[in-house]
Amino acid sequence: MLEKADQLFVLLQHWVMGLVPAAWQTATGIVLAVVAIIAVYPTLFALAVLLERKGLGRMQNRYGPNRVGPFGLFQPVADGIKSLTKEDVVPFRADTLVHFLAPLVLVVAVFMGFAVLPMGRNMVLVDMDASLLFVFAMGASTELSVFMAGWSSRNKYSLLGAMRAVAQMISYEVPLLLSSVVIVMMTGSLSLEKMVEAQNHYSYGLPHWYVFTPWGLAGFVMFVIAAMAETNRSPFDLPEGESEIIAGYFTEYSGFKFALFFLGEYVGMFGISGLGVTLFLGGWTAPFAFLTWVPSWIWFFGKVMLWICFFIWVRGTLPRLRQDQLMNFAWKFMLPMTLLNLLVAAMWRFMGEGWLRWAVCTAVVVGAYVLMGRTGMRRGQIGPRSYRYAE
Amino acid sequence: MSIAFVLVSALTIAGGLAAVLLKNLVHCALAVSVAFAGLAFLFLQLDAQFAGFAQILVYIGAVAILVVFAILLTRGAESPKGESVFSRAWQAGLAIAAAVFAVLGWAILQGAAELPANAATPQVTVNDIGHALMSRYVLPLEIVALLLTAALIGAVIVAMHEKERAK
Repeated sequence: MLEKADQLFVLLQHWVMGLVPAAWQTATGIVLAVVAIIAVYPTLFALAVLLERKGLGRMQNRYGPNRVGPFGLFQPVADGIKSLTKEDVVPFRADTLVHFLAPLVLVVAVFMGFAVLPMGRNMVLVDMDASLLFVFAMGASTELSVFMAGWSSRNKYSLLGAMRAVAQMISYEVPLLLSSVVIVMMTGSLSLEKMVEAQNHYSYGLPHWYVFTPWGLAGFVMFVIAAMAETNRSPFDLPEGESEIIAGYFTEYSGFKFALFFLGEYVGMFGISGLGVTLFLGGWTAPFAFLTWVPSWIWFFGKVMLWICFFIWVRGTLPRLRQDQLMNFAWKFMLPMTLLNLLVAAMWRFMGEGWLRWAVCTAVVVGAYVLMGRTGMRRGQIGPRSYRYAE
Repeated sequence: MSIAFVLVSALTIAGGLAAVLLKNLVHCALAVSVAFAGLAFLFLQLDAQFAGFAQILVYIGAVAILVVFAILLTRGAESPKGESVFSRAWQAGLAIAAAVFAVLGWAILQGAAELPANAATPQVTVNDIGHALMSRYVLPLEIVALLLTAALIGAVIVAMHEKERAK
């Protein structure tokens, strides 16, 4: 029974595949899986938007949406209808074709990443050898769509937003990649499936997730920060910075195209959370050995939603960074820390079992963190500043 | 020749042609990235996953962005009106392109003759590439890694100095 619940969606897919002639079975299976992905994530997107508006409302001492349906639960439906029926305004001087293509490129690239994400036991659309590389390749293609949107709008705020977004995404892609490389070093594989398998062991009832090692924890923290920057979430939301450049690269988008950008952003957030969960938090494995009977997909989506809640919490708490702080943080703190983390992971690998490697690796990571934090502070980056153009 | 190959090569060639024939420089850069994507699909079709994804990651994610930044930061994206897209020295360009194509084609044809007539396609996984890089090709790999790290640190240092002077 529990076995069946765990494999519910796989069995369902096989049942439907059994209904069609043998020649069409593979194609039907693929289409079913794709449809499932395209249906599930936008639903989660609607839920996450509601959660975000409610949660932010609570943090700011107000109610949040509470008019549509009980407790405002149907707010996403109303939002959807609104964006579908709104007029689609394209600026007169805009580059029509590029302006039209940008949201499509974004949404396609963002959804592609889910093809290789293991969302439960045996629940992965394409089990490929280089799936981690595939996810990063798809993530890199979204940058171009952001640029296309900003440039084709012929609006200086859009262009500024796009330049900011692209600079930020490129800068934080380096720590994002480098913090994932430690996992590849430890697993010896680029396949996300194998990474989950490698973390699916328990000792004393506790899992062997990579986050519970010194290098894994350091990598995890840097991955979370880089993921926040990569998805343009607050405190890294300078590309959208509503108070200074209105909405950045999608200022000139309205109606359904705006909804597509919104969707792309949230689905990209799910994608990168799913990747982080798979890399550091054991993917679909249970957090305790006695909970392994709970279906694997519940764990995966539960962890992803927890990650999203963390993002919402951070958004409600931290103020926006400034451009120079953003770049300094990426290149002067994140980059050296991730490079050092590679060394720590290599040390861990070659020191053998025992408490010694725990002590040495923890000391190196913590020592480097304290040292770099202190020197960064002493440089006098904190205190009153003068602005050349704003006085 | 499968349908997929025809479609992908048509896409790649169209992207390449658009990149040289369009007037707006940003359009050209976007067309070049279409051609890059087509090349990546060709690699994937040949079961070369690593090359295909690296192509997307490096060329679309970094090189295309770099080109676009360079265009926007240097001069206007629009080329002056009424000017032909062909440069005045197009004959020389054509000759050079034909020469390069001839050399590449000759090399490939020579290589094809060396192969046995119906050799099995080798199954190269990413794992094999990793092992080869870490054992047989470790020296070139280290040299490249050193060069890239030096470039990375150098770029950070160059950026740092500029900032201090501006203060």
